[in-house]
Amino acid sequence: MDFVMNFPFFSIMLCMFAALATFMLGRKAAGIVAKAAISITLIMSVVLTAWLHMSGESFVYMMGHFPAPWGNEIRAGELEGIMAVFTCIIALLSMTTGKTSIRTQVDDTKQNLFYLITCLMEASLLALIYTNDIFTGYVFIEINTIAGCGLIMIKNTGRAIASAVRYMVVSLVGSGLFLIGTTLLYSITGHLLMENIFDSVSELFSDGSHIVTLTIITALMTVGLSIKSGLFPFHLWIPDAYAVSIAPSSAMLSGMVSKGYIFLLIKLIYRVIGFEVFKETGVFDLIFIAGVAAMIMGSVSAIRSEHLRRMTAYSSVSQIGYIFMGIGIANDAGMVAAIFHIITHGLTKSLLFMSASSFTGKKEDIRIRDIKGMGHKHPVSSAAFTAAALSIVGFPLFAGFIAKMLLANASFGEGYKMYIAICAIAISTILNVIYFFRCIINLYAFGGFEDKDRENSIAGGDTAKEEAEFLPTRYERIVHGVSVSVLAVLNLYIGVAPKLLTSILTKGLNVFN
Amino acid sequence: MKDLNNKDNRKLYLIFRIVASILMVCLAASLIICMLDMPGLFSSEHPGENIVAERYIESGIEETGAVNFVAGMILDYRAFDTFGESNVLFAATICVMVLLLVQKPLPRKYRRKKTPDAIEGSDSDSSKLPECKEYYEELREEHEIEPKRIKNDVILKTVAKFAVPFILIFGLYVILNGHLSPGGGFSGGAIVGSGFILASVSFGFDKMERFLNKRSAGIITFVSLMVYCLAKSYSFFTGANHLESGIPLGTPGNILSSGLILILNICVGLVVACTMYSFFSLMRRGKI
Repeated sequence: MDFVMNFPFFSIMLCMFAALATFMLGRKAAGIVAKAAISITLIMSVVLTAWLHMSGESFVYMMGHFPAPWGNEIRAGELEGIMAVFTCIIALLSMTTGKTSIRTQVDDTKQNLFYLITCLMEASLLALIYTNDIFTGYVFIEINTIAGCGLIMIKNTGRAIASAVRYMVVSLVGSGLFLIGTTLLYSITGHLLMENIFDSVSELFSDGSHIVTLTIITALMTVGLSIKSGLFPFHLWIPDAYAVSIAPSSAMLSGMVSKGYIFLLIKLIYRVIGFEVFKETGVFDLIFIAGVAAMIMGSVSAIRSEHLRRMTAYSSVSQIGYIFMGIGIANDAGMVAAIFHIITHGLTKSLLFMSASSFTGKKEDIRIRDIKGMGHKHPVSSAAFTAAALSIVGFPLFAGFIAKMLLANASFGEGYKMYIAICAIAISTILNVIYFFRCIINLYAFGGFEDKDRENSIAGGDTAKEEAEFLPTRYERIVHGVSVSVLAVLNLYIGVAPKLLTSILTKGLNVFN
Repeated sequence: MKDLNNKDNRKLYLIFRIVASILMVCLAASLIICMLDMPGLFSSEHPGENIVAERYIESGIEETGAVNFVAGMILDYRAFDTFGESNVLFAATICVMVLLLVQKPLPRKYRRKKTPDAIEGSDSDSSKLPECKEYYEELREEHEIEPKRIKNDVILKTVAKFAVPFILIFGLYVILNGHLSPGGGFSGGAIVGSGFILASVSFGFDKMERFLNKRSAGIITFVSLMVYCLAKSYSFFTGANHLESGIPLGTPGNILSSGLILILNICVGLVVACTMYSFFSLMRRGKI
């Protein structure tokens, strides 16, 4: 057994240890520990993915002294590796860019708790990605839900707490449905390990027994996970949660937390229920329709909203629709496109939230017409915002273009789904252009912009000093600029050279079942 | 919240309720269909009675050393799940702390270079900032719903004086015998925690604070979760790399047996007890 095979286990445990350590540390030390732990996890995940890509295999790792059906185990393949890499990148960059927001918007004594929740979230996401046991998946879904609430309400304003409560209620409904599905699946198969369930489900399916129950189970688990990831009819918690919480929280929630559930759903499709059985139950069509509806309705809501971060949150709804549409196409190419879009959208949407944080300042949200001229004041953030917006719109050279192209390609030859998918992508792209170009034009417009901060500083007095507390320091500005540039460059890189990522995803999906 | 007196909104609300009820009925109907379709729970054909359960029951004692099968299952066979479960508790404590820990910023006029730690650190700084102390007193009165001294609760105090030691000892017994008899860290910890809560209700938080305050509760939680993490990491690592763990299992039935399970039970019990008490304390007065 190679030493590299320990890396998934090491990365989960390292994040847990970091979470525990930050509990006892002050805010500065907590930040350093959390960032160091996630950086090491990132390096390990990159090495693991490279190793798996070379060998082209996957492996299971025994957690404890007992082999799989008795004990727990985790599994790592290329897909898991690349997902781990991408969650680590988002968590790390959210922490580095969010320094100003954390310092100014979170109470002094609670700042280490922010880093704690981030580490816990990262650990649970990694466990969710690597899990090979459906009940382990459920346990870490719980941690994810609770930590998500913590991320929203760390801001401690009334609106943040209200949206955290809403998030928790909706999210718990999702976990409840998933749990019911798990118990029902256990009662008809008698197993919790994914491979064993897969075998007994295909046996039951070929016998023709328990077909109705299987359909209901599939529907319950799918609906549960799509509630948690914010698919269209269940998306109402998204705008509040993303627009109200502090910038790094929204970046993480939109970038990686909701994506973890989608990845679990894909794992469920391939490794638990089985692709053929899942197709027979007809849940794919349900997902497809909901995805298409989300693509249109999310964009329409985004056009209607007047605030920048709220608009970005609604845009998230429509992008999650793209991902689910890719899954709903129900072929391997669609699945690759969906996972590709999970990654690109995670990188892009977190970049949008991170760069928008320098426009909003200490305010919760900002009207789109108030960002007029900000492009000249915050050149780096605006450039990053523009890059992310172009990527979401699907401008060539950016990652979003490749994702949309893969989605459109995957739908070819799928009968009626092809027409619907291509029409939906076209309409949604036009709507995306409408609301994102409104922002970009406003950003780089001349005139109408009043430099209130400077007026205050000229007026002098206490208010100016207090305002200065909320402004980012020079060091924070540099770190913010570097981090958003890294994300933007990564986005551009995926857009220019998507071969590596698509080959990893295709190969990973081949060894998935 | 939308205005319910508005006619349109009321209509919308009605439609919403009807749709919700229909959805609920559908969900209930589908679950009932599932129940009817399911194999009987105690029949021999139940799929749950397979190799997994067989090995747990037949060789559970010799492989884990725990007479209590459930303890062996949750803390040895499926330890990773339980590890996650105890972290759920940790996450919940943190979130309640985020939500309820009272930490109001000082008003601007009292602000100096360093913000003194709002409530605890007030004593050292009070001489320098007399107006600060008044502010802290206001804060204390605002947030401590609990009366400062409980005067007339003779009955409560007398009963608690007798009951609390027994509750604590029973909780410790349940924790320490987790691998031998029903119970274990989670249930025993809940008993100990409720003993702490009873003590704090009857004797006041000031007396409880002498040994269970923010600092000591934090240290207990930290140390026990750390020990848990380290122990489990060691056992996961050795197990996966096919190394001998070198932890003796002892004779099943003895109190010192079953390898790591006893230590893990103690850790889980401490975490649960601290969590219970800190939930109560945070909800009662906004600090531990």
